[in-house]
Amino acid sequence: MTSDDLTRITVKEALRLLRLGTISSADLVTAHVERIERLDSKVKAYLRFTPELWEKQAAEADRKLRAGAGGPLAGIPMAVKDVLCVQGVETTAGSQILKGYRPPYTATAVQRLFEAGAVMIGVTNCDEFAMGSSTENSSYFPTRNPWDLARVPGGSSGGSAAAVAAGEAMIALGTDTGGSIRQPAALCGVVGMKPTYGRVSRYGLIAFASSLDQIGPFARSVDDAAVVLSVMSGLDALDSTSADRAPMEVLNSFDRGVKGMRLGLPREYYEVEGVEPGVKAAIDAALVVLQKEGAEIVDVSLPHSDYGLAAYYIIAPAECSSNLARFDGVKYGLSEVDARNITDLYMHTRRKGFGAEVRRRVMLGTYALSSGYYDAYYLKAQKVRTLIKRDFDEAFQKCDAIVSATSPTVAFPLGAKTQDPLAMYLNDVLTLGGNLAGLPGISVPCGTSDGLPVGLQVLGPQWGENVVLRVARAYEEASEIKPEVADVA
Amino acid sequence: MSPSTSGAPRHLPAEREGAWEVVIGMEVHVQPKTRSKMFCGCAVAPLNAPPNTYTCEVCLGMPGVLPAINIAAVEACLKTALALSCEIPRHTKFDRKNYMYPDLPKGYQISQYDLPMSVNGHIEVGGRTVRIRRVHLEEDTGKLVHAGDKLHRAWESYVDLNRAGVPLMEIVSEPDLRSADEARDYAMELRTVLRNIGASEADMEKGQMRVEPNISVRKVGSSGLGVKTELKNINSFRALHRAISYEVARHVEVLQSGGAVVQETRGWSEDEQRTFSQRSKEFAEDYRYFPEPDLPPLELDRAWIEELRRNLPELPAVTRAALEKELPAAVAALIGESRDLTELYRQTIARGASSTATANWIVNEVAPSGKIPSPDNLAELVRFLEDGAITRDQGREVLAESVETGRTPAEIVAEHGFRQTSDPSELLVIAEAVIDANPKAASDYRAGKTQAIYVLVKDFRARAPQANPKVANELLTKLLS
Repeated sequence: MTSDDLTRITVKEALRLLRLGTISSADLVTAHVERIERLDSKVKAYLRFTPELWEKQAAEADRKLRAGAGGPLAGIPMAVKDVLCVQGVETTAGSQILKGYRPPYTATAVQRLFEAGAVMIGVTNCDEFAMGSSTENSSYFPTRNPWDLARVPGGSSGGSAAAVAAGEAMIALGTDTGGSIRQPAALCGVVGMKPTYGRVSRYGLIAFASSLDQIGPFARSVDDAAVVLSVMSGLDALDSTSADRAPMEVLNSFDRGVKGMRLGLPREYYEVEGVEPGVKAAIDAALVVLQKEGAEIVDVSLPHSDYGLAAYYIIAPAECSSNLARFDGVKYGLSEVDARNITDLYMHTRRKGFGAEVRRRVMLGTYALSSGYYDAYYLKAQKVRTLIKRDFDEAFQKCDAIVSATSPTVAFPLGAKTQDPLAMYLNDVLTLGGNLAGLPGISVPCGTSDGLPVGLQVLGPQWGENVVLRVARAYEEASEIKPEVADVA
Repeated sequence: MSPSTSGAPRHLPAEREGAWEVVIGMEVHVQPKTRSKMFCGCAVAPLNAPPNTYTCEVCLGMPGVLPAINIAAVEACLKTALALSCEIPRHTKFDRKNYMYPDLPKGYQISQYDLPMSVNGHIEVGGRTVRIRRVHLEEDTGKLVHAGDKLHRAWESYVDLNRAGVPLMEIVSEPDLRSADEARDYAMELRTVLRNIGASEADMEKGQMRVEPNISVRKVGSSGLGVKTELKNINSFRALHRAISYEVARHVEVLQSGGAVVQETRGWSEDEQRTFSQRSKEFAEDYRYFPEPDLPPLELDRAWIEELRRNLPELPAVTRAALEKELPAAVAALIGESRDLTELYRQTIARGASSTATANWIVNEVAPSGKIPSPDNLAELVRFLEDGAITRDQGREVLAESVETGRTPAEIVAEHGFRQTSDPSELLVIAEAVIDANPKAASDYRAGKTQAIYVLVKDFRARAPQANPKVANELLTKLLS
């Protein structure tokens, strides 16, 4: 096995080799760093690297592995999205306003992965404050799709998706507020999972929209994603919205196959406006595979789907307008101190520090929460959210899981939608319902359209991660479409 | 409760302010007694701690942090609400109050908007029922320190976030108060209740209790409300009274001269003894309240609330009423204000000591010293005094030593050989010596200056501390007549 081959294997395989002593964590890290050195100037998945961490953590993992110990991710190279705080490591949420900011603490989810032995390679690029669907809203540079460098990797966790797709990390962390893990996973041809709201602690996740954000894994197999998820899961006293659920329940019978399962096909998702024929064809083929495995495809309806996008673009900006108020130039990050008074300090700092999309959403959200408009916008949106939740509840009376495309389109060329925010927002139309309803969802590769990856989305009921993983795993196994490492050209 | 106004007939505002009636509602912020802050594990900073030494990533509002509710603050708030006869709704939640200011690290304050912890209570103050609109929980802000003589001329400002995230209860009354006296009595009664139930130290000087009156005036007989102003920067009960009196006079003057009161927030200047405009309502912030998404709504456990209700100590008004059956109102008020003194009084008389003597010793000796003796020891001491076995001065020494060492009065009296001499034949020789030694005082007294007796009494006490003062007095007057 060559060094480069070590960047193409799964976590499962790597752990086997690590435990056998065939390879070391240091070997894995070296292989990934070499590939990064060769490719990342093209892909631009990473914002910064953490050699001080990978050296220490790989050595620690190797020491434990040699002693026959080590956690469930001992020695595995991992990339972390730039919205998750890691103590002492510059963390900027893709924004100029946090340039140079080094958090004094580590996010709970990341800490749990560190304790399980994961080795941090670096910080991945993302849309500023996770607002976007192409990673073009990063204030640093856009990330490229490893399968076609002229195209976007999706977003907002585009850097993490691209890193895993390009063999620059074995696993990566993302955050999903409206589809920001699943959509880039689909566009980059990797597995990406958003857990049930409350499954993973958000402590240390730089908030975009608090009631929608969840941290989740990217990997090149469903099994790998499942392990990462189980390690991150569980109650955290520091996050009052985290649930007291056993971390291992996400793995309950997840390898049993789909025989006898009822999979709901929401017509509103299947016939969504703007869905590309190639995407539809890939999904149709996937449904056939699942049926052959013994699943029953049932027709379900999510009648309020049409209002989801509007509700989402009230609730998420409203929460972000409040969450981002702390970036005021007073305590940390950018500070335009050459100001006549405090209002000037705020205005200059925020105008210079925030990009156009962030400013747009802060303004939208501020407006939606304003006195006199609250009832018409925010309250109405929350009611729609309740209806959407009810839609899902009713659908899950008729099926065990819901299947659809993850994104209506494959990866689009850079710049194709940057001038049209609404077109960009439509990328999330099949994923944001899962966030509004707080449900678990996964995107698993299901072939290609015009040579570009297509993702199959599986949504489950609340706390039904094991159901979602079970469908995705059964499909992955039966379809023999294994996530591959892109040969970046 | 201020003894000077307790139970006394009220001055009718109409008498004082001409044809105007004063209407006051109060917003009182109280810091509950907790070890840690509202939403993080930081200890509550002591007064004058070095700036920013009681902070963590949560109360500094670092990116990515989340709040976690301090249950001790919830408990203190519920106890307060129950003591004020509030209803505790089944569902309560926290909301974000959004505004930007350098002392507010997150750019929003976590507070409670439309579903507060409690509503619809009341409290009796000097015979008047004051309705309580709500008691809710929130977090405090930090503070700004300006370098420069005036804020608008400050050349540099510094932020101290020690107080940021400290829990606060906000107690909001209906506009049921009708004078500065009533407003002050209300605030004092609140403090007494809060201390009694152990919810807060409620020390205004330490910023643990901040009182903001909302004031308006209206024509007597009118039922509508006038335009109100809200007063801030009030640091004592005396300042509260003065600020309200000043503001009422200002309102009346404005209205009588044909002007209109501007709805605004005004500060009280202790130096200038006047209020000044701080913030006009025209520029009022839109706080964009919305439910705090980082904290799930609270479903308060009814069994817990009932347990808190059961364990609530007797309320000061009830205590006072009970004490007033045995003691003069002023004495009852002083003892009833403190849970500890009330307990001491009740347990001491339960051991057979006389209620009047016990109350007097508690009010005059125990309360000022702030040191509480055991009821057994106080009862024993009172008995020594009532039997005339020792003098008052000796009694003070015994009390002090008993509190200090925990030893019984009997042991202390025996050790010091304390006794009181009441035998006139034994004291006569001392009386004669006192008169011989103070010829001027003696002749003054004989000439009709009766106060001159005090010089002689003082000398008597110095020569014979064990002497019964009553007997000594009798001997002196007899010898001088």
